Amino acid sequence: MSEDLKILDEVTNSDYKWGFVSNIESDNAPKGLNEDIVRFISLKKSEPEWLLQWRLKAFRHWLTMTEPKWPNVSYPEIDFQDIIYYSAPKKKPTLNSLDELDPEIKATFDKLGISLIEQQRLAGVAVDAVIDSVSVKTTFRETLAELGIIFCSFSEAVHDHPELIKKYLGSVVPYTDNFYAALNSAVFSDGSFCYIPKGVRCPMELSTYFRINSAGTGQFERTLIVAEEGAQVSYLEGCTAPMRDENQLHAAVVEIVSHTDANVKYSTVQNWYPGDKNGKGGIYNFVTKRGICLGDRAKISWTQVETGSAITWKYPSVILKGDYSIGEFYSVAVTNNMQQADTGTKMIHLGKNTRSVIVSKGISCGRSQNSYRGLVKIGKNASYARNFSQCDSLLIGDKCGAHTFPYLEVANKTAKVEHEATTSKVGEDQIFYCNQRGISTEDAVNLIVNGYCKEVFNQLPMEFAVEAQKLLSISLEGSVG
Amino acid sequence: MLSIKNLQAAVEGKQILNGLNFEVKPGEVHAIMGPNGSGKSTLASVLAGREEYEVSGGSVSFLGTDLLEMSPEDRARAGLFLAFQYPVEIPGVSNANFLKTAVNEIRKARGEEILDSKAFLKLMNEKMKLVEMDKAMTQRSVNEGFSGGEKKRNEIFQMAMLEPKLSILDETDSGLDIDALRIVSNGVNALRTPDRSFIVITHYQRLLDYIVPDFVHVLYKGRIVKSGTKDLALELEEKGYDWIKEEIAVGA
Repeated sequence: MSEDLKILDEVTNSDYKWGFVSNIESDNAPKGLNEDIVRFISLKKSEPEWLLQWRLKAFRHWLTMTEPKWPNVSYPEIDFQDIIYYSAPKKKPTLNSLDELDPEIKATFDKLGISLIEQQRLAGVAVDAVIDSVSVKTTFRETLAELGIIFCSFSEAVHDHPELIKKYLGSVVPYTDNFYAALNSAVFSDGSFCYIPKGVRCPMELSTYFRINSAGTGQFERTLIVAEEGAQVSYLEGCTAPMRDENQLHAAVVEIVSHTDANVKYSTVQNWYPGDKNGKGGIYNFVTKRGICLGDRAKISWTQVETGSAITWKYPSVILKGDYSIGEFYSVAVTNNMQQADTGTKMIHLGKNTRSVIVSKGISCGRSQNSYRGLVKIGKNASYARNFSQCDSLLIGDKCGAHTFPYLEVANKTAKVEHEATTSKVGEDQIFYCNQRGISTEDAVNLIVNGYCKEVFNQLPMEFAVEAQKLLSISLEGSVG
Repeated sequence: MLSIKNLQAAVEGKQILNGLNFEVKPGEVHAIMGPNGSGKSTLASVLAGREEYEVSGGSVSFLGTDLLEMSPEDRARAGLFLAFQYPVEIPGVSNANFLKTAVNEIRKARGEEILDSKAFLKLMNEKMKLVEMDKAMTQRSVNEGFSGGEKKRNEIFQMAMLEPKLSILDETDSGLDIDALRIVSNGVNALRTPDRSFIVITHYQRLLDYIVPDFVHVLYKGRIVKSGTKDLALELEEKGYDWIKEEIAVGA
C-alpha cells in the first residue's frame, strides 16, 4: 500500500467529536407506531382537531406505502415498531427566561457551540434549537417581531398562527409525496416556523439547531418557511447527535414558499453521527426538502454540506412555477468509512424563463459510497428555461465509490440544459507536491479537498463556511495514511 | 551540506541509480547533465523523498542528518526544495493560500513565529518582484491554467518564499522561452548566498550561461562519470555524450 493510501486509511478513522450524551430527563412515548401514538403526540402538543385529522390521514396513507428501494444505498430493514416517536425533555423550559432553561440542555448547546444568550446579537444569528422532538428556545424573537417576522417553534406556530400553518402545511410536500414524508406528517413533533412579511428583508441569519439525544428515538421535525412578496431571508440549519450503537432514524420535512420577488436561502451543515468505522450505529437521514417559487422572479437557493449520517437520502428541490424564477443547489457531500449517501436535487421548471444551477461536489473516502442523483425537468410551458448542472466526484483512496445518476426530462424545445460531470482522485502527485513544500499529508488532503469545495463554501454565510471547513477536515481525518 | 554515498535506487523494480557519489558544500552551484534516462530526475525524486522510488543501498546525509530517514515534508522543513519538472495543479486553492500554509509550516519547524496575513503579504510582494510575477497570479489556483513558463516561474517564486538551504531545479529550463529563462535565472541568482546551495539539472548548456555553476557533472547509467567546471558543459554542448560513453566503455 502506498504512503498516500495509508494516510487515506488513517484519516478515515477519526472519532466523532459531537458524540456526547446529555443527561436530560425526557418524557417518552412508548415504542411503536399506531393511531394511538399519533393521537398521543397530537394530544401532548394540545393540537387543534384539524391538525390531528391531517396527521391521521397521513398515517393511514403511510400504511399503504412501501419504503423506497431505488436509492443506491443498502441497510437492514427498519423496524418502524421499534422506534420511539416522541421524546421531549421533561422539564419544559419557559421561553420567557433563559435562567429557567434546564442547565443540562444549556450545557448541551454550549458544547455544540451555540450560545442561546442574546449576546448572539453580535453574531447576528437567531437560533431555534430542537432537542429530540421539542423546540427548546428561540432567541431574538422580540427583535424579529418588530419587523413582523415570525420565527418560532412549529408547535407554537400551530397555536399562535394557525391560519398560516393551515394554508401552507403540506402545500409543497404533501403527505402523499413519499414514504418518509408521510411518516413525518403523521408523527412530526416539532420544528421551526419562519414567516417573513411582504417587503421585509430579515436583518439576521435565522438558524435552527437539531440534536437527537435520547436513545432509540427518531427525530421527525418539520420546517416551514414562507417569504411573502419581495421578502428576503437566509436560513441556517445545523445537526448533531450522540454516538450510539443502534441506528437512529431522522425523517424531516422542510417546505419553503417563496412568493413574487422573494428570496430564500437555506443552508445546511449536517453532521449527524455517521456510525463507527465498521458501520455500526449512525443516523439514517431520510429527508424531504422542497421549495416552491410561487411568484415571478422568486428565488430559492439550497446550500448543503453533508458530512454526517450513516445514510443520507436527500434531494432539496425547487419547483420553479413563477416566470423568471431561480432555483439553486450547491452541495458538498462527504462520505467516509462505511457511510452511504444518495443525494442531489430536483429542479422542476414550470414557468417561462426560469433558471436553475446545480453544483454538486461529492467526496468519497474509506469504504463509503457516494451517489449524486438529480432530476432536471422542463415542463412544456417553460419556454426558454435554462439549467446548468455540474457534478464532480472526488475519490480519496481506492475502496470507495462515486456514482452519478442525472435525469433529464425536457418537454420544451426552447429550453437549454447543460450537464458537466467529472470524477477525479486526490492524486499522489498533488499530495507529494504539498509535502515537498513542508505541508503534511493530512493538511494537504484538507487543502486539496477544500479547494475542490470552494465553489460551494463560497455560497455559505461566513461563520458557517468556517464551520463547514472544520467539519470537512474532521470528516476527512484518517482518510489518508 | 549534502553528502551522497554509493546511492542505489530503483523505480518499479528497475534499478536506476547505481552507486552514486556526490558532495555539495554550502554556497555551491552544481549542474547535473546527462543523456535521457541516465537517472537525473530519479536523483531529484529520491532526494525529495518521492515514495515510488525505492532506495536499496547507500546513504544521504543532509546538514548532518540522515535524509533517507525523513518524511518528504520533514525534508522540506529542513530546507530542501525541489523545483518540479512538471508542477502539479491544485484547483480551488489559491497560490497565496497554498504558500501561506507552506511558509508557516516551515517557519514552525524552524521555531520561528507564524506570519500573519499582513506580514505574509509583505513578504510575498517583495519576492514577487524577483521573478517579475504579476499580482493576479497569487490569487489564481496553484498552477491551474498556468502556461508552462508561468508554472516554472511559480516554482522559483515558491523557492524564494520558502528560502531553502538546498534547492534542486529539475529541468526548470525545459519549455522556457528566452525571456522566461532570463527571469527564472535572475530569480535563482538573486537567491545565491554563501550558505545556500543549488543542484541544477538540465539538458542544455544555455541555462548555465545564466546560472553559472561551480561544478558540472555528467550522470550516466546512474552514476556520476565525469565532473568538471562550467567548461565541461560547453564541451558537452559541442560534442554530445558519445565520447564520454566511449571513455567509460574503454575504462571498463
